[in-house]
Amino acid sequence: MTTTARRTSALAEGIGESPLRPDGIPKLLGDFEYAQDLRADGMLWAATVRSPYARARILSIDLAPALGVGGVHAALTSDDVPGRATFGLEHPDQPVLAGEEVRYWGEPVAVVAAEDARTAIRAAGLVEVGYEPLPPLADPEEADASDSVFRRLRIRRGDQAAKGPVVVEGYYEVGMQDQAPLGTEAGLAVPDGQGGVDLYATSQFVHVDQEQVVASLGLRPDQVRSHPTGIGGAFGAREDVNLHIHLCLLALHTGRPVKMVYRRGESFTGHVHRHPARLWYRHEADHDGRLVRVAARVVIDGGAYASTTAAVLANACYFAVGPYRCDSVAVDGAGTRTNNPPCGAMRGFGAVQVCFAYEAQMDRLAAELGIDPLELRRRNALETGDRLATTGQLIETPLPTREVIDSLSAMPLPDIGEEPDDFALPGGSGLTTEPRHVRRGVGYAIGIKNLAFSEGFDDFAQARVRITADGAVVETAAVEVGQGLVTVLAQITRSALGVASVEVTHVDTSRIDSAGSTSASRQTQVSGGATLEAASRLRTRLLEHYRGDDLDDDGVWMGDVLVVPWSEMVEEGWEETVTFRHPPTTGPDENGQGVVHADFAVAGHRAVVDVDAELGLVKVVRVDTAQDVGLALNPASVRGQIEGGIMQGVGLAIMEELVIADGVIRNPTFTDYLLPTILDAPEVEALLIEREGSWGPFGAKGVGEPPTISSTPAVVAAIRAASGKDLARVPVRPQDIAL
Amino acid sequence: MQVYHPTSVDEALARLGEGVVPLSGGTDVMVEVNSGHLDPDRVVGLRRVGELKEWDGMRIGAGVTWRRIEREGPKALAEAARTVGSPQIRNAGTIGGNLGTASPAGDGHPFLAAVDATIELVSSDAVRTLPWKDFFLGVKKTARRDDELIAAVRLPETLPSRQAFGKIGVRNAMVIAMVNCVVTREDDGVTTVALGSVAPTPMRATRAETMISSVRAPSETDLAEFQRLVAEEVRPITDHRSTEDYRRHGAGVLARRLLERCLG
Amino acid sequence: MIIGLIVNGERVTANVSHAGSLLDLLRDDLGLPGSKNACEQGECGSCSVILDGDLVCSCLVMAVDAEGSTVVTVEGIGEADSLHPVQEAMHRAGAVQCGFCTPGFVVAAVDLFAGNPAPSANEIKEALAGNICRCTGYGAIVRALENLSHGVGP
Repeated sequence: MTTTARRTSALAEGIGESPLRPDGIPKLLGDFEYAQDLRADGMLWAATVRSPYARARILSIDLAPALGVGGVHAALTSDDVPGRATFGLEHPDQPVLAGEEVRYWGEPVAVVAAEDARTAIRAAGLVEVGYEPLPPLADPEEADASDSVFRRLRIRRGDQAAKGPVVVEGYYEVGMQDQAPLGTEAGLAVPDGQGGVDLYATSQFVHVDQEQVVASLGLRPDQVRSHPTGIGGAFGAREDVNLHIHLCLLALHTGRPVKMVYRRGESFTGHVHRHPARLWYRHEADHDGRLVRVAARVVIDGGAYASTTAAVLANACYFAVGPYRCDSVAVDGAGTRTNNPPCGAMRGFGAVQVCFAYEAQMDRLAAELGIDPLELRRRNALETGDRLATTGQLIETPLPTREVIDSLSAMPLPDIGEEPDDFALPGGSGLTTEPRHVRRGVGYAIGIKNLAFSEGFDDFAQARVRITADGAVVETAAVEVGQGLVTVLAQITRSALGVASVEVTHVDTSRIDSAGSTSASRQTQVSGGATLEAASRLRTRLLEHYRGDDLDDDGVWMGDVLVVPWSEMVEEGWEETVTFRHPPTTGPDENGQGVVHADFAVAGHRAVVDVDAELGLVKVVRVDTAQDVGLALNPASVRGQIEGGIMQGVGLAIMEELVIADGVIRNPTFTDYLLPTILDAPEVEALLIEREGSWGPFGAKGVGEPPTISSTPAVVAAIRAASGKDLARVPVRPQDIAL
Repeated sequence: MQVYHPTSVDEALARLGEGVVPLSGGTDVMVEVNSGHLDPDRVVGLRRVGELKEWDGMRIGAGVTWRRIEREGPKALAEAARTVGSPQIRNAGTIGGNLGTASPAGDGHPFLAAVDATIELVSSDAVRTLPWKDFFLGVKKTARRDDELIAAVRLPETLPSRQAFGKIGVRNAMVIAMVNCVVTREDDGVTTVALGSVAPTPMRATRAETMISSVRAPSETDLAEFQRLVAEEVRPITDHRSTEDYRRHGAGVLARRLLERCLG
Repeated sequence: MIIGLIVNGERVTANVSHAGSLLDLLRDDLGLPGSKNACEQGECGSCSVILDGDLVCSCLVMAVDAEGSTVVTVEGIGEADSLHPVQEAMHRAGAVQCGFCTPGFVVAAVDLFAGNPAPSANEIKEALAGNICRCTGYGAIVRALENLSHGVGP
């Protein structure tokens, strides 16, 4: 069949445009299925027995009272784990269920399955565990001193005797932030009747969950399938296993589907948190403000188990100087092991903690020198062709640090004369504050982070593009956590394949190789890279095979002649599967030197705050930003990431902290772990800095994390400017300003 | 489980007794239920008792919601109402429920203390009217007996001409008070200062009141002394929400600002 | 005990044996999982429903106390081919990311616009101060509802 009625309009909804999310309408209607909403016939509900102590020896576990409750089908302990007794994202050091000792408050000791959730919870409460409480190790510096660490990292670069005439020293602290995704941990495990199991659970990385379930259940890899499922946010909280192995154990033990949903209090103990940090800095500069030497000591507390502490510590150390040039650097880092809640991945991953400290140092240095803070940063700006101050890695991809700084300084400031609504003043609806109590402050900060995985990690993603009756289908095991991967992979495919009708489907671990984790700002670059290559190759193959010069939703064309219609191609079952790897990286040498990272992104923030210094209350009025994005594949999604990331940075600056006392979380509720409300949200203006040259698809860089990195120090710098206080700790509490 | 849905106070009272949970808006009771701390066997739902929703002049029925008080209440009580939880909470939560819970941080309490409100408790054989001071016994402890219902709050016939509410929290909405406070002032200078979140029960800063009530046109020095006395009189604790020192400081500053607003 | 109520215009009955929440009843017994549980304390608004005309957190309503009541959940607000204007505005403005808070925002915003068809930015913010969003930073949600208020439609 041939036709001459050929479409000539440009392809809509490709890269650079902002098509609406395909999952937007189901989510708005309440129809979208999250892990919390899953059901199966004959389903049981599970509950977890958790340690009430931060550290204790387990003397006995009596399951009989729980098993005696009507409707209870199983109660399992560490004795019931058939395979590897431990799990862990990087090092399997965490017991699936604690057997001999509990090492943090809330550690799982037993799991129970029953006919309904209420019975399961009640039965879990009846399990009698005999504990001998032991003194918890709660102080990270004590842990450091006694060599209770997961990793140390020592960086030495350049002349260690270098001295600068202008010196500033400081000590900084970062409190423990929580990702607090709105959807708590949830999942459903379904036995397949042949000894295997299908797992549908909250996850950022289904393949690594599958590997850990396989190991602990002692099964063959083909017996466990982990399925991407609907997720209510992640922000790092879903990289580690929590309920996954428990669900599969119970499902295989009972032969029934088993569901578990953590309540909020349990969620606060059930996932890892952002590492709290203690940071000591010494900056030395010449009289023009050029950094001569930076020395830092970085201690982050990993809590009871390893999780990703080694990698978070690495990031903290590698970015300890920030996006600045310096030829003499010494960094000593430790990731401690204590009896505090385990810490791991959260948006910004180590780069957040050090940025708060180095940007405070840069401001103090600027004040000491009498140089404008932005000018000081401009003079030291790290650019393409420079070497990262810590690792000595040559920056080969675009790094527009100076353009970020200049763009930020050129953005107009809001009119100071405007009279805010009562609720927009510090104190908000509490009506504590009148305009006469308010001083306005402006602060700046610049941050840098690696994109994708570093230190020689084999970082890859597989994607498949298929020709189906409904159009092109992208298959991936990459998890959509809300960021919009489902939109951007379709855009990439449209642009590369030339076809408008594209759907992205998330498939389980048995049907495709790993896409890696939805973290480290990496999926758009890595899964996007795989998708781009798969779509491009498929187009080339189709054009070659059918001897055409163009492809669209109608089929393959040669000039104005449709060589083969789409339906005929569908019958041939065309597909292309690609595994994408970014440029290789290496581990550090004994001085922390090496080509450790694959790519970098830089962003800057300017915060405008109103401060009631007498009461110590803060309203963040605006946060403006310039961000290095490579190429914005979907500008609306990029803006969504920027606004959301800034809000989390503002949260860390002024309210979000898990308060820990002797290893116990004192505020594991949304009543007391405060997330910013809509009345706390700043206005945001975002400038996207686009430069070609990154290895991401069409030059795109990851955009998820940079908004959270320098927004926090920018807000604190603004509070310092308004209050005159030193403020060396986040979150800044009212008493830190007022007393 | 047994649930009763009475439509009159008398019917409700007939169902009360030891272990029976009176349920008004549910915004406190259900937090306890959801967290597993409370699993009531018998519940008396008060939502359908029309009498409890009556608001007659200075007598506010226990079942009146914060949403209504926010719109129709006296100035400082309306300001307090606007900070109770969220819009969702204010649509359900009631002034009587707030009293029944008797949280030290209850946002409605300082106003009641500042104007010397009384609490009307009814049982099947009597009506007791307790001054607010005798009603609040401690943290989440009140003088209500198991056989009694909180029927209403009674405000004095005339309210102070000037009154102001304020609440310190680190978030601009939906936050538990680190300090909340009401200051009232009459034309003759008589001033009351009531505070919450700074003691086990709502309290009055009586020394500060006495000192400032005698001053017709407070000077900067008088205001500073007033602030100092309030800070001295409160009895706050340190917990995960704030510190004793900050609450003491905040109480003084907030009370002074509210007084200035009254003088304004 | 057996309770009867009207949910999204339909008369339903349920057997309730304990003091559980209306949210659990909707999600687990009535097959309406659109309302979400994120805090079970009334501190996030994800479970917002309209109960007898009032916007409330369904996690703080004892199911048995909803006997005889009329409830509107997110499932009763729009259809895929006929979105409510609030849903349409949020979709177009990119106000949905992970979407877990979205049903609660939809219900709260529908309640706001029902009483005030042209709310100001401040009124929008005060009305939605009981709904927590962890993804968007609220910017797109405010823009969506401001557009709707100003009649800037698709």
